[in-house]
Amino acid sequence: MKNFQYTEASQPAQAVQQIGAGRDTKFVAGGTNLVDLMKYGIEQPDTLIDISRLELAKIEKTATGIRIGALARNSDMAEHPLVTSQFPLLAEALLAGASPQLRNMATLGGNLMQRTRCNYFYDISQPCNKRQGPTAQAGCGALEGYNRIHAILGLESGDLNQSCIATNPSDMNVALAALDAVVNVSGPAGQRAIPIRDFHRLAGKKPQQDTTLAPNELITSIDLTTPQRAGKSHYLKVRDRASYAFALVSVAARLVVESGRIQDVRLALGGVAHKPWRLTSVEQQLIGKPATEASFREAARQLVAGAKGFEHNAFKIELAQSAIVRALQTVAA
Amino acid sequence: MEPKLIGDPVDRIDGKQKVTGGAHYAGDIKQPEMAYAVLVMSTIANGTIRDIDTADAEKLPGVLAIMTHKNTPRLPGYDANKPGATALGRVLHLLHDDRVDYSNQPIAMAIADSFEHAVDAANHVRVTYQAKTPAPGLPTSKAEPFRPQKLPRPDDPVDTQRGDLNKAMAAAEVSFKQTYHTPTQVHNALEPHTSVAIWEGKQLTIYQATQGIFPSRERIAEYFALPPENVRVIAQFVGGGFGSKGPVWADGVLAAMAAQYVKRPVKLELRRSDMFGMVGSRSATSQQLDIGASRSGDFLGMAHRSLNQTSVFDDFSEPAGILTRVLYKCPNQEVTHRSIRANIGSPSPMRAPGEAPGMFALESAIDELAYQLNMDPIALRLKNYAETDQQKELPFSSKSLRECYQQAADRFGWSKRLAAPRSMRDGNILIGMGMASAIYPTIRDEASAKIKLNADGTVLLSIGTQDIGTGSYTAMTQLAADAFGISPDRVTLRAGDTRQPKTPVSGGSRTTASAGSAVVQAAEAVILKAKQLALNDLKSPLNGQKESDMAVEKGRLFLKSDPKKGEALTALLKRNGGNALEASTSSKSGEEKEKYSMYAHGAQFAEVRIDEALGEIRVSKLTGAYAAGRIVNAKTAHSQLVGGIVWGVSMALLEHAIHDPRTNRIMNANLAEYHVPVNADIPDIDAFFIDEKDEIVNPAGVKGIGEIGITGSVAAIANAIYHATGKRIRELPITPDKILSFTA
Repeated sequence: MKNFQYTEASQPAQAVQQIGAGRDTKFVAGGTNLVDLMKYGIEQPDTLIDISRLELAKIEKTATGIRIGALARNSDMAEHPLVTSQFPLLAEALLAGASPQLRNMATLGGNLMQRTRCNYFYDISQPCNKRQGPTAQAGCGALEGYNRIHAILGLESGDLNQSCIATNPSDMNVALAALDAVVNVSGPAGQRAIPIRDFHRLAGKKPQQDTTLAPNELITSIDLTTPQRAGKSHYLKVRDRASYAFALVSVAARLVVESGRIQDVRLALGGVAHKPWRLTSVEQQLIGKPATEASFREAARQLVAGAKGFEHNAFKIELAQSAIVRALQTVAA
Repeated sequence: MEPKLIGDPVDRIDGKQKVTGGAHYAGDIKQPEMAYAVLVMSTIANGTIRDIDTADAEKLPGVLAIMTHKNTPRLPGYDANKPGATALGRVLHLLHDDRVDYSNQPIAMAIADSFEHAVDAANHVRVTYQAKTPAPGLPTSKAEPFRPQKLPRPDDPVDTQRGDLNKAMAAAEVSFKQTYHTPTQVHNALEPHTSVAIWEGKQLTIYQATQGIFPSRERIAEYFALPPENVRVIAQFVGGGFGSKGPVWADGVLAAMAAQYVKRPVKLELRRSDMFGMVGSRSATSQQLDIGASRSGDFLGMAHRSLNQTSVFDDFSEPAGILTRVLYKCPNQEVTHRSIRANIGSPSPMRAPGEAPGMFALESAIDELAYQLNMDPIALRLKNYAETDQQKELPFSSKSLRECYQQAADRFGWSKRLAAPRSMRDGNILIGMGMASAIYPTIRDEASAKIKLNADGTVLLSIGTQDIGTGSYTAMTQLAADAFGISPDRVTLRAGDTRQPKTPVSGGSRTTASAGSAVVQAAEAVILKAKQLALNDLKSPLNGQKESDMAVEKGRLFLKSDPKKGEALTALLKRNGGNALEASTSSKSGEEKEKYSMYAHGAQFAEVRIDEALGEIRVSKLTGAYAAGRIVNAKTAHSQLVGGIVWGVSMALLEHAIHDPRTNRIMNANLAEYHVPVNADIPDIDAFFIDEKDEIVNPAGVKGIGEIGITGSVAAIANAIYHATGKRIRELPITPDKILSFTA
């Protein structure tokens, strides 16, 4: 770990000002990911601004749904009545992640910013475009290495060795993608709202960048809109062990069925791409279709169309489809 | 209070200390002026260090020294290529040269006034290499296998033949041949390897997390060219070892080197990532099983040819075939071991070394053959039940495997199993049931103990042995208490220190059989002295009686033929001047070892639930019956079985140290990505002992129980997976991707 300066922020505006003033400055809240990354030498900030005392942990009703403060703990979110009553999908995804100890520390904002678990990203002796940036021309260690946990979707054509095949490891982010969350951020130029689908990004030519958040912006909250019709939802996580393991593949599904026909559907995949994978066009096509295995299987096929498997992760192409069908069957039952 | 007797589920004598933080492990030791060492590890697997630049690191605050091959004083007794006399003495890299033989090898050591300063300094050491292509391990290796010179235990031949295998195989009506693969595993005890080294002139004291204080003392003394008595190793408490703290690795030697170099006490505590390479691993294996049988299921011929991996600088051959020699009746047999060399840290014993991967292969093969013959897997095993050890041509000192099969099958509900694969289902979930035999040799080494019976009836037991978390201290205390028929809380134990009587390494499930036998014999020697005192004492009711006619129970010496005739040991001692009686013994196996074959046995059953579309495997039921002679403590013994069985779940479904064959670097060197089971993966485990009395095996009457739990559970789970799915996965660990990608 590199030595660093530590300061505390007492107001969001002050935090934004502080982060703008320094080079290589990072916010820290729960520290469940950043501190690990610093110990491994992957993140090497000069300064940490502790934002954990900012008053941004509230979970409250809004005119259209709920707002969750960026510092809400994962465990508190998962138990909060506003979340469990209106967005059980989010609660389920949160409880599928990490361990109780980690959820007690990890915040909403930190989870949105959680970095990949790629083995080559985590080992500073190995080449990694994400860690070293494209200008280093390091190449991608995983591409012809151990890539069992890596992406099958969202891989742009062109030289993947200049890019990144890592996945976003968060469970929460998959649920938020299905729920069309909006991320509220505060920066030097004021506030802005980023739809979740634009918040996380595909690796492309900037593999070092996981999100569209600017380095001098602070996540303050997310907004969730209460759906017109709740329907049923399910977060299905496939993993090597029963708990405390990252998803091989996960599915966040919400489905409204009336008289056997699909009225509304949301479907996002985790563990398959650099960001939670969602195709609204596939959801559109399901509207009005019968809620049957055949419809689900077709949607699954479309959702993973163009998937590319590598030496150790090709199984995910079939697994993702099976998981989609199973998740939809579960909520259609 | 009634005295607690042998076999009772006595709480650990140190339980309260452990749960209240009162038990001090090596990492808890603090010394005045203590400095901290942190290792710099190689990032290539083969080559030499071109340059190692410590200038930046040396300037950092609190740094006392950076030791590299350029400035490290040479150890007078160190020979870079010489292994120790026993399997515990590995060839070590001790900063003596520029050679890099594996990735994550220690190549420098930063020593500072705090752990944090030492970490910072270690991170600032700049290394450049002259790198060569590393030789990969199994299964990638294309290296020519060689025949190892020996297996880890001297009693085990590398290769064995009996009968005429070729003829038997040619004549067999049914033949079976398959190859099984097991991965590299890393022990990952919760407590990392830790040493605190303190020099006082030419006297060295090391507080160490080790399974063997005496082997450690001897090897370290050898390196520093000191008489062993100048080195004192103390291990009051050890947080798990599983074999990784059995051999003498570089960590303790490096701590002593650092302390000598900076002239201060030094603590070296390995970081989790440091533990992937320099402190051993379970070798990957590739094992070919050939079986020839009659149509009615008699084994006519069997071959078990095992390939393992070792490092380029040391020999350790995973003895995967040894139990095949003894588990079943089979007149014609060949068992061989071969190795390949790779640029990896040296493999080493890991809980049931050889036995665990070997039994996965053998017991999977027997299961496959049972399906091929359309026989119940238990019936096939009973048909080939070994009444004697055919390899050594010896009877067993005791064997209760038949009873284990029956009792475990009853408690598990084996009769509810439908024989055909894929025939049991609960909605989307396929259910499978599998079983396997378990077996582990009873090993006993020379051990000594000292017992002092005080006039107040209390007992002081002095014995070197360390307790690696299994409950050895409690078992030793119980054995001493039992000999005098007193409550264990009347016994004071001094242990975990080379100043106490010498005992072997706590490995190979040998501690109770070895050190426990020494305790029993030392107690017998004290009791003999008491008898002699009584028979010569005119005031004793036992005056003039024969020693052999007397016995001790509940602290009282009495005449066997007339138990009312006798007196309390305290009365005897007080009347005779109030002096304590004391005896030391050295205990080792005798001719019984040449006359009998000695094994603990068991039968392990498993039920799995598999969501085939998703590939997820969950173990839903585990039942095992074990026969292991006398059980000293029902509670700690049960914990050993359960721990071993959990290890079986881990090996069957999760554990795998992933080497990138391009670099030979382990890519999951942390506990987030190196998977072991969490509580949610483990169902209730019904593990129990059946009664077995063995008066031949050793004076304590015990067989080892620390490792047998893993020897059956791996194959039982793999066999249950086949029964559930019809998919035979012959490569561990059996993960969802293998279920999904299975092609017959």
